[in-house]
Amino acid sequence: MRWLLLAIALGFLGLFVGLPIVTVFVEAFRKGSAAYWEAVRDPETWSAIKLTLLTAAISVPFNLVVGVAVSWLVAKYRFPGKRLLLTLIDLPFSVSPVIAGLIFVLLMGARGLLGPLLERHDLHVIFAVPGIVLATTFITFPFVAREVLPIMNELGNDEEEQALTLGASGWQILFRVTLPKVRWGILYGVILCNARAMGEFGAVSVVSGHVRGQTNTVPLQVEILYNEYNLSGAFAVASILTVLALCTLAGKKLIESRIRVRA
Amino acid sequence: MTTAAIDLPAREARRRASSRGSLPGFGLSLGLTVTFLSLVVLIPLSGLVWKTASLDGTALLRAVLAPRALAAYRLSFGAAFVAGVVNVVFGILIAWVLTRYEFPGRSLVDAAVDLPFALPTAVAGIALTTLYVPDGWLGRFLEPHGLKVAFAPAGVAVAMVFVGLPFVVRTVQPVLLDLDVHMEEVAATLGASRLTTLRKVILPAVLPAALTGFALAFARAVGEYGSVVFISGNMPGKTEIAPLLIVTKLEQFDYAGATAIALVMLLASFLALFAINVLQARVGRTSRSRR
Repeated sequence: MRWLLLAIALGFLGLFVGLPIVTVFVEAFRKGSAAYWEAVRDPETWSAIKLTLLTAAISVPFNLVVGVAVSWLVAKYRFPGKRLLLTLIDLPFSVSPVIAGLIFVLLMGARGLLGPLLERHDLHVIFAVPGIVLATTFITFPFVAREVLPIMNELGNDEEEQALTLGASGWQILFRVTLPKVRWGILYGVILCNARAMGEFGAVSVVSGHVRGQTNTVPLQVEILYNEYNLSGAFAVASILTVLALCTLAGKKLIESRIRVRA
Repeated sequence: MTTAAIDLPAREARRRASSRGSLPGFGLSLGLTVTFLSLVVLIPLSGLVWKTASLDGTALLRAVLAPRALAAYRLSFGAAFVAGVVNVVFGILIAWVLTRYEFPGRSLVDAAVDLPFALPTAVAGIALTTLYVPDGWLGRFLEPHGLKVAFAPAGVAVAMVFVGLPFVVRTVQPVLLDLDVHMEEVAATLGASRLTTLRKVILPAVLPAALTGFALAFARAVGEYGSVVFISGNMPGKTEIAPLLIVTKLEQFDYAGATAIALVMLLASFLALFAINVLQARVGRTSRSRR
């Protein structure tokens, strides 16, 4: 009986998860190795990679600071309105990516609330890089907090309060006591935040102008190549993202085993 | 990996010291949090609120209830429901297999469950489409039998199954891990067959978590864009998902129409989240009453 259940479960996973991954790499190399590397080294692909890296380089550190601040605030103090605060912070996670993009267009698009103001100062946000960075930061806003806060809660405040009695300042407590305690949670949150920041499609698609070589991220480049029926090119670029996803999962497993060793 | 909402600290009630807490930094962390929250989340959302407030009531209703919109809801919500049910059935099975059985590669399989969560949606979208088109690896077996998956509602459901896969597994796994094996052994000594034990001991414990996972997967699937938009065919009135309708309206500068559809989707998300909260409260109640 157990073999039957095992077979069904693994079969389901193989069908829904395994096959798509295999497909990415098979299709990427369908026209051979040379074509693959040519697609990856294509200048448009490179500018997409650069934009994706830039976006992640801005939104991930920002959301790291956010995550630490939020976790510290909620885990260390009592005050009314915590549930509301947490709901608001979690909001970007529960909203459809398209709607996330929509709200930025409504705010800063040409016909948006701040549209005329931005026009006057010649500031281009929507259909330009700043819009992409903002939308990505919005989408990944809660990611670090979601991982760090539960750990901070679980580990409690005893060590921090001891440090306080020994005369440590707030910053010393933060950097010498708290952050080392939750470092795996931080690392985990940063990995997830980064994976989402680099792979975000829906929100970025709405706010980007899809201008090749300028406002295209790697996921958008995949879409463009696919819609042009350049399948092997699209999958070649997609394979980069897939490798990123696999590395993310490997990082997750590594961190989990570290956490278990410590506990 | 947490897929549920962030929750409050358990030590809250037991703190006796100062009314707020003795550690320094409250002002700074509160200030930073509120500032970042406002800049990144609240002010952008105000754009949505502003647009909603400026919408003309009848125009709003007309946009929300237009035939094309109704078809989009039917597809998005219907496919998400079907996908959710599939994910509940197989999610419980996968969680069971992962927690109860030892087998080579179990760690790998456990990591693979998170892949739909980590993989960029566009990659998933094109990979799934390529598999199910008439000359794809799976399409070539299904199409001759009339099972049209790519560019049909079935394809939307398949993509949503992929997207929602981790949610049920990750909410059920902790419950199965916590489940007291003694209960099952007791049931066996009392003469219960394996099936009865399953029905009366295991499923009642697992079902609330599975339903939470369903609601999470449903909410995620309804709003999903990248994974679904490639395989769905995007024919208005037939294979157009709600998020794509929003994007189309935005491209036509019909901000009001896009906002209207977005509001319907947000309503559905809030209802799903509300259901999750109610379910999580009920789980708390039943587990407490059992002690």
